[in-house]
Amino acid sequence: MNRNLTSFTCIARKETTRIFRIWIQTLVPPVITMILYFIIFGRLIGSQLRDIGGYDYMAFIAPGLIMMSIITNSYTNTVSSFFSAKFQRNIEELLVSPTPDWIIVLGYVSGGMVRGLVVGFLVSITSFLFTRIPLFNLGYVVMFAVLTSFVFSLAGMINGIFARKFDDISIIPTFVITPLTYLGGVFYSISLLPDFWQALSRANPIIYMVDGFRYGFLGVSDINVLTGLGMLVLFSIILFSINLFLLKNGVGVRT
Amino acid sequence: MLALEIDNLHKRYRGGVQALQGISLGVQEGEFFGLLGPNGAGKTTTIGIITSLVTKTDGRIKVFGIDIDEDFPAAKRLIGVVPQEYNFSIFEKVEDIVCQQAGYYGISRLQARQSAEKYLQKLGLWEKRHVAAQTLSGGMKRRLMIARGLVHEPKLLILDEPTAGVDVELRRGMWEFLAELNASGRTIILTTHYLEEAELLCNQIGIISGGELIENTSKRSLLRKLDKETFVFNTKEPITGLQSLNPFEFIVVDETTMEITLNKEESLNHIFEVLDNQNIIVESMRNKTNRLEELFLEMVEQ
Repeated sequence: MNRNLTSFTCIARKETTRIFRIWIQTLVPPVITMILYFIIFGRLIGSQLRDIGGYDYMAFIAPGLIMMSIITNSYTNTVSSFFSAKFQRNIEELLVSPTPDWIIVLGYVSGGMVRGLVVGFLVSITSFLFTRIPLFNLGYVVMFAVLTSFVFSLAGMINGIFARKFDDISIIPTFVITPLTYLGGVFYSISLLPDFWQALSRANPIIYMVDGFRYGFLGVSDINVLTGLGMLVLFSIILFSINLFLLKNGVGVRT
Repeated sequence: MLALEIDNLHKRYRGGVQALQGISLGVQEGEFFGLLGPNGAGKTTTIGIITSLVTKTDGRIKVFGIDIDEDFPAAKRLIGVVPQEYNFSIFEKVEDIVCQQAGYYGISRLQARQSAEKYLQKLGLWEKRHVAAQTLSGGMKRRLMIARGLVHEPKLLILDEPTAGVDVELRRGMWEFLAELNASGRTIILTTHYLEEAELLCNQIGIISGGELIENTSKRSLLRKLDKETFVFNTKEPITGLQSLNPFEFIVVDETTMEITLNKEESLNHIFEVLDNQNIIVESMRNKTNRLEELFLEMVEQ
């Protein structure tokens, strides 16, 4: 087997094993959180609201909630795993080896993707307990889920590279990702907003991910899905390049 | 062939600290090279640069002829490193830690397992292979790092104070293991604070002080530089009324112990002759300190 492939498999296996070893911390909490969202926003509040895009409120928010769990879990996994490797200094095991930087990035990102997608799958199953979500186009669902988890795993890696203390790994999720997710069309359609706020919402990258993912399920969208896919590919390229640049220059990992 | 060639290596940290000021040295293939120096001398920085954990400011490094600026991955494949501080995930199992390291070097899972078994057996950790690293004792953690550093069969093994904090019995076991490794043809570079360790194991010694290499020679020629050596003598009877042991300097430590200093040109036979003339019967004798330690202190203090 190719050396780089062996290195990648090794990192990916280690990362995946970690996720399932500490499943109580990695897989259970997001499912419980989403159950609460479904009960409070979907059932209690949602029952008082009118349909959006021809779907009841519960069915409308379900894809957004699944995407929200993919985003937060992909990001959290990579940032915490990479920072933990820095903190325990076992990142040095990789740095002294001939493993190229791009394999290190892909290895850690694969862990984030596995967690994001597994949690997304579990949340999807959970959502079936509360509502019936149609499946309009599986291809879009898969493409948006995979690309979004890739983008947010890459973003988490950048955070992990810069982080120097434990506080640093929660600042971005708390002050950037969570607000953007809540304002990213998870709970509402941006078409309900006044023109100015609609235009502003389009500057939020998460809106493209939620909207495209929802399109895969419901077949309704506020934004052209191909634009969303294009944005995701662009983000992937930019964030991957930033990661490579940082590792190549030893930022946060070499002195 | 030179296993390691360092040429005019400089390192200035971001804070402005000049850790290395133009170190140049060569380590021949098959040598057991001791890199000595006080704390903060630049030993760990040098090792950090060779293993890519520290970026150099200037200079060149070649590992078995491969310039790290031209093909660092190829150079890294030839190096195994055992760092000073524990740097493995304490939550992972012993065997997994070693096998993963092999994987990072592109070694297949099957081969990695065979190599891990070989070194975990040799280092007495095989029984512990399924336990999490956090449950190991300090000595076991050190040995785990040695097994991990060897799993990809490097030609050059670099150990940064491998026996620090290890008890005497374990330390001697590790010395035997390292001597055996070296005898089988592996080049070893060792930094240590235990000069007894360096004197026992190394055949070539480099001394770093203040970021500069102040000595780089064979152990034999280095020890030849030692001008004076102090021996501790235990006598059979109490020493009373001793005024002179001309031409030797001496100190009576207690009633049956004295220290006698011997100059390079003098012989031990002469000491015994003088003691005999004074009717002093020697029961036992030993070096006051390790010879290399005396020389090391002398050089670093200059």
